[in-house]
Amino acid sequence: MDGSRRRFLKVAGLSVLGVAGGASLKLGAEQEPATALAPELEPAPTAPLTARRWAMVVDLRKFEEHRSWDRCVEACHKVHNVPHFDNRKDEVKWIWTEPFENAFPGVEHPYLDPEDREAPVLVMCNHCDNPPCVRVCPTQATWKRASDGIVMMDWHRCIGCRYCVVACPYGSRSFNWRDPRPFIPEIDPDFPTRMRGVVEKCTFCEDRLAHGKQPACVEACEHGEMVFGDLEDPNSEVRRLLAEKFTIRRKANLGTQPEVYYIV
Amino acid sequence: MYDAGKIIAGLVIFLVLVTSPLWYNAVFATTVAPPKLVLPTNGSTRCVEDTATMRASHMDLLNQWRDEVVRQDQRVFVSPLDGTRYDKSLTRTCLGCHTNKKTFCDACHTYMAVSPYCWDCHVAPKEES
Repeated sequence: MDGSRRRFLKVAGLSVLGVAGGASLKLGAEQEPATALAPELEPAPTAPLTARRWAMVVDLRKFEEHRSWDRCVEACHKVHNVPHFDNRKDEVKWIWTEPFENAFPGVEHPYLDPEDREAPVLVMCNHCDNPPCVRVCPTQATWKRASDGIVMMDWHRCIGCRYCVVACPYGSRSFNWRDPRPFIPEIDPDFPTRMRGVVEKCTFCEDRLAHGKQPACVEACEHGEMVFGDLEDPNSEVRRLLAEKFTIRRKANLGTQPEVYYIV
Repeated sequence: MYDAGKIIAGLVIFLVLVTSPLWYNAVFATTVAPPKLVLPTNGSTRCVEDTATMRASHMDLLNQWRDEVVRQDQRVFVSPLDGTRYDKSLTRTCLGCHTNKKTFCDACHTYMAVSPYCWDCHVAPKEES
């Protein structure tokens, strides 16, 4: 009995060693030509931009000075294949302008400088710290990314129920009532379009950040009208601006903790 | 059994009708040639995984890439073949080599009568005429 068990264990151990050794030899042999064939493969992707809490600072004074709202809107809508519909009913938008009194209801009063009161304010998704759209999404197609606070969209998972459209107090979300493809002036193949029946919005350009680029709207601002950075980094440009200038947020009294700040 | 003749005749007709597609195919069917894929012409000889794996489960790989990129922000795929790093991207990585959707993707998908919805949103490169 003992003898046979000893023999069994010996044989088993040897065969395990043999198989493992053989496999590793074979792997090694296969890997040799593989490295030789590597040149056609892509180099490692560029380092991503990361933060613990992304935020945006929009300088309304500079925008008024340079009147560059449209350039930012166009830059964004171009790289994200946002369709252009001629009627307001089907409109899809990621970033757009609102009159001051609509962007900041309750802040305006009849004696404001009319130029200020009617000046366009560039608005977008506020990437709230307490996003109501995320609370209502039944499929988790929208969620707040834990690593950097971006309110993300998963267009694969959106079922088009439009709860989020109703929940968002900023009107930041658009629904694709029609197939958007025919209404995209020039399709950028690097970014997907959407299909009929999904909701879309600004994503703080998370795809561009992942490839080491600033958001498209920030890049389009030549005079520093918009600044994007890490709120948790005390030395960041956004923190410097927030400390130096007086800033307001849209409908902050609702408790959504919006993370787009406006220098007025 | 009453009306045995009618019942049996009816059953025979029924069986012939039900199995008619089989008979029809046995007599008239022509075999459709399996699709011939056009492989990349940019000099690439190696995909992110070996050919057999890609052929059998590229759809699972793409689903996995989709979830990891969109939901977990993990964008680099390390090839188990040789450790090369790839950007997990259908349009940039896959279609970077397989530049013609019609002669690569569609050839098999049409043959297998499957219609994946990737292209409802993702943009295929312009086909060279």
